[in-house]
Amino acid sequence: MNPGVKSAESAESGVESGVEPVVLASGVRMGYGGVQVLNGVDFAVAPGEVSCIIGPSGSGKSTFLRCLNGLEPVLGGSLRVLGEEVGHTLRDGRYHPWTPKEFAAFRKNIGMVFQRFNLFAHQSALENVACGPVHVLDTPQDRARTLAMEHLDRVGLADHAHKRPHQLSGGQQQRVAIARALAMSPTLMLFDEPTSALDPELVDEVLEVMKGLAAEGMTMVVVTHEIAFAREVGDRLTFFADGVVVEQGGPRELLAAPAHERTRAFLSSVLGSEDGRS
Amino acid sequence: MRTEPIAGPSGPPVPVARTLHWGRWVSAAVALAVAGWLVYLVVVNPHLDWGKVAEYLFNDRILAGVWVTIEISVLATALGLVLGVLVAVMRLAHNPVLSALASGYIWFFRGTPVLVQLIFWYNLAFLFPELVLKIPFTMIGLKWDTNQVMTGFTSAMLGLGLNLAAYFAETVRAGIQAVDRGQTEAAYALGMTPAKRMRVIVLPQALRIIIPPTGNEFISMLKTTSLVYVVAGHDLMTNASQIYKANNRIMELLIVASVWYMLMTAVATFLQGRLERRFGSDAVRLVRGGGAAARVLPKVAA
Ligand SMILES: Nc1ncnc2c1ncn2[C@@H]1O[C@H](COP(=O)(O)OP(=O)(O)OP(=O)(O)O)[C@@H](O)[C@H]1O
Ligand SMILES: [Mg+2]
Repeated sequence: MNPGVKSAESAESGVESGVEPVVLASGVRMGYGGVQVLNGVDFAVAPGEVSCIIGPSGSGKSTFLRCLNGLEPVLGGSLRVLGEEVGHTLRDGRYHPWTPKEFAAFRKNIGMVFQRFNLFAHQSALENVACGPVHVLDTPQDRARTLAMEHLDRVGLADHAHKRPHQLSGGQQQRVAIARALAMSPTLMLFDEPTSALDPELVDEVLEVMKGLAAEGMTMVVVTHEIAFAREVGDRLTFFADGVVVEQGGPRELLAAPAHERTRAFLSSVLGSEDGRS
Repeated sequence: MRTEPIAGPSGPPVPVARTLHWGRWVSAAVALAVAGWLVYLVVVNPHLDWGKVAEYLFNDRILAGVWVTIEISVLATALGLVLGVLVAVMRLAHNPVLSALASGYIWFFRGTPVLVQLIFWYNLAFLFPELVLKIPFTMIGLKWDTNQVMTGFTSAMLGLGLNLAAYFAETVRAGIQAVDRGQTEAAYALGMTPAKRMRVIVLPQALRIIIPPTGNEFISMLKTTSLVYVVAGHDLMTNASQIYKANNRIMELLIVASVWYMLMTAVATFLQGRLERRFGSDAVRLVRGGGAAARVLPKVAA
């Protein structure tokens, strides 16, 4: 058993003894300028698992996700991702902080999809997808472009390969962003509310791509407000509030019978009149 | 102003009456009269010899001066642009020492008159009679006589270039900061180092914002070079002044010089227009956001 996993809920997660978890957070703390944002997060993700995170605005979901690939520094506790303590290397009995180069090397294996797409505005869809392989993996240009085309085809955008981001709809931009992350052949994919900036009719095309990815066995951590997606695709659901994990478990069980009052209140506000508790 | 008749819901179209703008005509006439009178005063001025103006317009020394002015402008602008980018990147660096040095540079060169800087470089020999470039702790190196290196031309180029760099650094900084931060995060998330992100993602976009104002910098540089005459840089103004000091035809030679400055400015303005059309508002919009702008602006069909 992993000593880092303390809560009873994590113990019953897909993380089995013997299998090294992809993400293993114990007591992770983080803050901005003295204001504590994460107050000891315990969280684990097994290989191939789709782990969804929900919670009220400002509860620290994005911050936690950004800690996972080192975009934000962890200030306390332990965060192991892909077998490494994020931000530090253990050498000679001490943890040495990473250089920017080491951070970059670590992030190569982790794809990230942002709420605001964050495509490179001066590049076409194809160039966006080829950018990582060309500039980070040193893949030759033509090979990278062939691969990029395959990834665009996979998200259904082969016909739009030569358009600039501003010529694409939000849903198309987000699919390009997913293809861009996939082009690096990551072992772990992070999604930060990938559909919240989209018009309602464009949400499904992005969720479809993510479902396909989950079906192929990609390990994914998804911060989302799409409860239906979490129920249908997620292996685990975690409820965040005030920088801590309030409860977690299988999505169906958790959604059907939340144990905590806060979870109940949040779920009823998100689901609203829509009857989501089937 | 509408000239086409207006067709009501029924019946024949009704023509639109012409409006007469009396105020416009009167103010235009007054302004023309004043301007025409001033030009007339100069043109018919008995103290001005237009034959001399024509004679010196294509004088060899004037033409050589025009050429030097163009050379100094181009070289100083190029130096200013390259150094300006460097100073801007330093200014934005996380390293507090680099950032402070860049701020100091900007403060110093913007805080002292360019005329003072020109004279300073020209007289560098008072401080350093010899310029030495050598490998530390060895005797291997090169040595120059400062007075031979710091000619009017090189001190002009250095003075104007270093000065422009200070101003341009601020333009570059604004351009870099205009690039949406989300793209920086996306670049890091892909596994780019800060330097690679700057080179591959930020600078190519920042340049589209930076390039249009460079046209203005060059145009103002063309005229700032006239200050070079204090260090005798053999530019247009230096040569014109040397001629009028010999023959006392001050006004005629100032007119000759002005004609050439205006011509160079006109050509540069034309080129700047083309530059702006290529890298103009469209590019600025592209840079400022795939996010917000993309949703507000109509989709462009492929
Ligand atoms: N760069 C920052 N500087 C200071 N405070 C920040 C910064 N980013 C986030 N915060 C604060 O940290 C807290 C957690 O923010 P975070 O973005 O992680 O919340 P979230 O759960 O993702 O919310 P949302 O659902 O609105 O995206 C918030 O109170 C926020 O104001
Ligand atoms: Mg968030």
